[in-house]
Amino acid sequence: MPTRIRESRGQEMALTAAVAVVIVLLSLLPMLRLVKEIVAPGGTLSAIAIETGLRSPATWVATWHTLVVGIGGTLLAVLSGTLVAVLVSLTDIRGRSALVLCYVMPLMIAPQVTALAWLQLFGPASPFLKLFGAAPPLGTKNPLYSTSGIILLLGVQYGPLVFLLVRAGLRKLPRELVEAARAGGANWFTVLITIVLPLMTPSIMAASALAFVSCVGNFGIPAFLGIPANYLVLPTLIYQKLAGGGPAVLGETAFLSVLIGVIAMAGILAQEVMSRRRDYRISSTSLSAEPYELGRWRPVIQASLWLLILLVLVLPLFGLVLTSLVPGYGIALTAKTATLDNYRFVLFEHDAANRAFFNSFWLSIAAAFFAVIVAVPVGYLIAWGKQRWVRLLNLSVELPYALPGVVLAIASLLIFLRPIPFTGIQLYNTVWIILYAYLARFLVLALRPTISGYHQIDRALEEAAQVAGAGLFTRLRTIVFPLVAPAAIAGGLLIFMTALSELTVSALLWSSGSETIGVVMFSFEQGGDSNYAAAMSVITVAVTFVLMLVTNLLAPHLPSGVLPWRD
Amino acid sequence: MARLTLDHVTKSFADFDAVKDVSIDVADGEFLAVLGPSGCGKTTLLRLVAGFEKVSAGEIRIGSDVVSNSGGSVAPEKRRVGIVFQNYALWPHMTVAENIGYSLKVAKLDKAVARRKVEDALALVNLQGLGDRRPANLSGGQRQRVALARCLVAAPSLVLFDEPLANLDVHLRASMEDEFAAFHKRSGTTIVYITHDQAEAMALADRIAVMDHGRLAQLATPRELYHEPANEMVASFISQGILLPADVLSAEEAGHCKVRVLETELVVRCRPGELPRAGAKICCRSADLEVSADSSGFDGLVKRVIYQGGAARIEFTPAAGPDLTLHFEQPDPVTLVSGAEARLRLKSGWLIPAAGPAS
Ligand SMILES: Nc1ncnc2c1ncn2[C@@H]1O[C@H](COP(=O)(O)OP(=O)(O)O)[C@@H](O)[C@H]1O
Ligand SMILES: [Mg+2]
Repeated sequence: MPTRIRESRGQEMALTAAVAVVIVLLSLLPMLRLVKEIVAPGGTLSAIAIETGLRSPATWVATWHTLVVGIGGTLLAVLSGTLVAVLVSLTDIRGRSALVLCYVMPLMIAPQVTALAWLQLFGPASPFLKLFGAAPPLGTKNPLYSTSGIILLLGVQYGPLVFLLVRAGLRKLPRELVEAARAGGANWFTVLITIVLPLMTPSIMAASALAFVSCVGNFGIPAFLGIPANYLVLPTLIYQKLAGGGPAVLGETAFLSVLIGVIAMAGILAQEVMSRRRDYRISSTSLSAEPYELGRWRPVIQASLWLLILLVLVLPLFGLVLTSLVPGYGIALTAKTATLDNYRFVLFEHDAANRAFFNSFWLSIAAAFFAVIVAVPVGYLIAWGKQRWVRLLNLSVELPYALPGVVLAIASLLIFLRPIPFTGIQLYNTVWIILYAYLARFLVLALRPTISGYHQIDRALEEAAQVAGAGLFTRLRTIVFPLVAPAAIAGGLLIFMTALSELTVSALLWSSGSETIGVVMFSFEQGGDSNYAAAMSVITVAVTFVLMLVTNLLAPHLPSGVLPWRD
Repeated sequence: MARLTLDHVTKSFADFDAVKDVSIDVADGEFLAVLGPSGCGKTTLLRLVAGFEKVSAGEIRIGSDVVSNSGGSVAPEKRRVGIVFQNYALWPHMTVAENIGYSLKVAKLDKAVARRKVEDALALVNLQGLGDRRPANLSGGQRQRVALARCLVAAPSLVLFDEPLANLDVHLRASMEDEFAAFHKRSGTTIVYITHDQAEAMALADRIAVMDHGRLAQLATPRELYHEPANEMVASFISQGILLPADVLSAEEAGHCKVRVLETELVVRCRPGELPRAGAKICCRSADLEVSADSSGFDGLVKRVIYQGGAARIEFTPAAGPDLTLHFEQPDPVTLVSGAEARLRLKSGWLIPAAGPAS
């Protein structure tokens, strides 16, 4: 038996343990808590929660609605996103980066802001339509308060998501595959139908699954468009139940949120099954195909793409700005009526709005900061670690983000409804429960870019420090962190932008004093004060734009694909 | 400075043995080259010594300390080895001086002392005054020198090189080779130098360990490897040795024995104690072959003549062994043409020892 060697693995163990604790707290705990509530409400195994949920007709109606808008929104997003991706990636269209930037922008805007912007564009009070005197008479129903309205906006919101994934797939398409088909006599359109799109099946499937999960879990759009028409989907049903019944109905909502989770997972599984049916693997790597020359069609196609941008980005934002300048509901905007009063009101006068700005800013900063700090060691273990179980950790970090936000919100409520054992600390009804949910939900947004950052770094850089005598923590601080910092920080900025106007989670977790921007915006809109809601939206959109510009400065140091809006 | 001992070291990845039962003893101050075709486990061997990989079996000692065995593994940062990586692995976010001074900073050395040591190290590799540059602004050769200085500054007991010249152009290689040799002479450090380039290994090393599929094929001086390869792999790998089937006719006498090869009789060098046997192999060098001037030797066909300036490389198939290809050089005037019959003569050769433990 060889002598035991004194190994100095203390730091490694400490790091692994710390990471494990963070992941258990943020990912596994909420999921397990939720499952426990369903199968063993009150501590004993029973099917009561499931039975009650299944017996309620509201459940079935909302599930049906969820499926309708989920599938409809997904179809629209996949069709539009794939079409734009093909045109942008495979043709010789001009102004590509600008197009990509503008087309992807709606992804950076919170869904409820999108909803508000479109509502302001088409409603009877629309300052935009009033500019031409084309607004319907007051009292007319806004056409967007409908199933098709919700589907349209979900498609607009998540088309860019599909676009990004399909475009990434198209970029990896080796040109030989296209050229071989061209040489075989196929024209461009035939190549597209018979070669390109079939090979893109995995990308399109993955994009569809992601779009489906996002549509099904979306709260902002069905809340703004569906609630006024009494068209409830599962997330809005949960919201209404909780708003009306408080903690008493938590068990019931837990069932509903698991139902959303199951629907979302079914979408992901369906994608897995579809993608496995054939072999789509592309083995070679090579340059991408020569762009197809559109010839005389180019101006037409370019113009239609910019028209699309005008429709999905420029006009809604323009409508939003106009609304924010109007003094009150239904008043036409003229040089005389234009006012900044709405901004003054939400920024300085309205208490809840004030608090919301403060809360949202520091929640977003805290979530971003924490995520960057945690993503570096977690990414280290996942990307470079030797332990195989760490890869499972990766999955469990993905889960809270892959599942709809409502699921995590309900889980957080369940965990913190009662004071934390042994300490007596009460998070329920404070802003801290929102922070917890943000940390759990958004960690993966910083982790993904960090991991791709790690994959771009030569491991020898760390090994060189190791032979120089540096222990793990020293290496992490002096070598590893500086090298992955751009990617991690870019991830942090993405988190900040996402969390700033977040609504899904905070709508269920907020309490008086812990309002977020999204929550106050929502309550303004529900109370008919669209002008204030619009002013708040314009402010958050402006902050987001500025941050995107700042983040762009990091771009040269980032792995490609970290900043979605950069081509 | 320290001696390095690998004692029956094996490293398996899943069910694949990347390093199999390798035993090497590197003396204090020795320059050992590890040579072998790509994928034979050289890098893995080096990473075992550095401590980045754990041994599956066997033991590694540096000086008198056991650093790896199946009971555990001393962390790389505690081993006091220096590595020059193939791609240099300079930290892009630090200046040249910060790169070099890193290990001193980690060891919390006094700042002034550290600065002086960094200056010394820079001077040692002829990079005075470049301390404030970023690695990105250096040429390939300069980066290589920074990497060398960085590993030297900590005065490691053992320096490991992993194909340090593979990324440099031919011109720079020669000058860096000289520099490594000079550095070894000056510092007297124990060096393990990995390469797949025989010329480099021969030029630099005191001894060469030839590896083949994870095993140590032979550990010997460059001269011995060339003249007395221990097995067929080494014989054919080093300088494209020619292997010929032979029968040993007489027992060894004064380091020689008589063999029958290509239906002719020949006296070749051999190990002490060789006895007559059939199915042996001899190793010849192209210099051992010449065009026969008289009736001695064996007939065959000239397959190809490749003129290389001043001489031609001739590929020849003997009539007695149609599957064999012999190659040798004929200096100008080149008289052989492809397709012609010719008669060649073997001057000497080396009897490859019967398969058994490598020396
Ligand atoms: N971490 C690893 N996991 C599995 N196989 C490995 C690993 N590292 C090296 N190998 C395998 O071990 C063999 C030897 O590799 P290496 O030591 O890098 O060869 P060399 O440096 O001589 O080219 C190769 O077949 C390689 O694929
Ligand atoms: Mg190697």
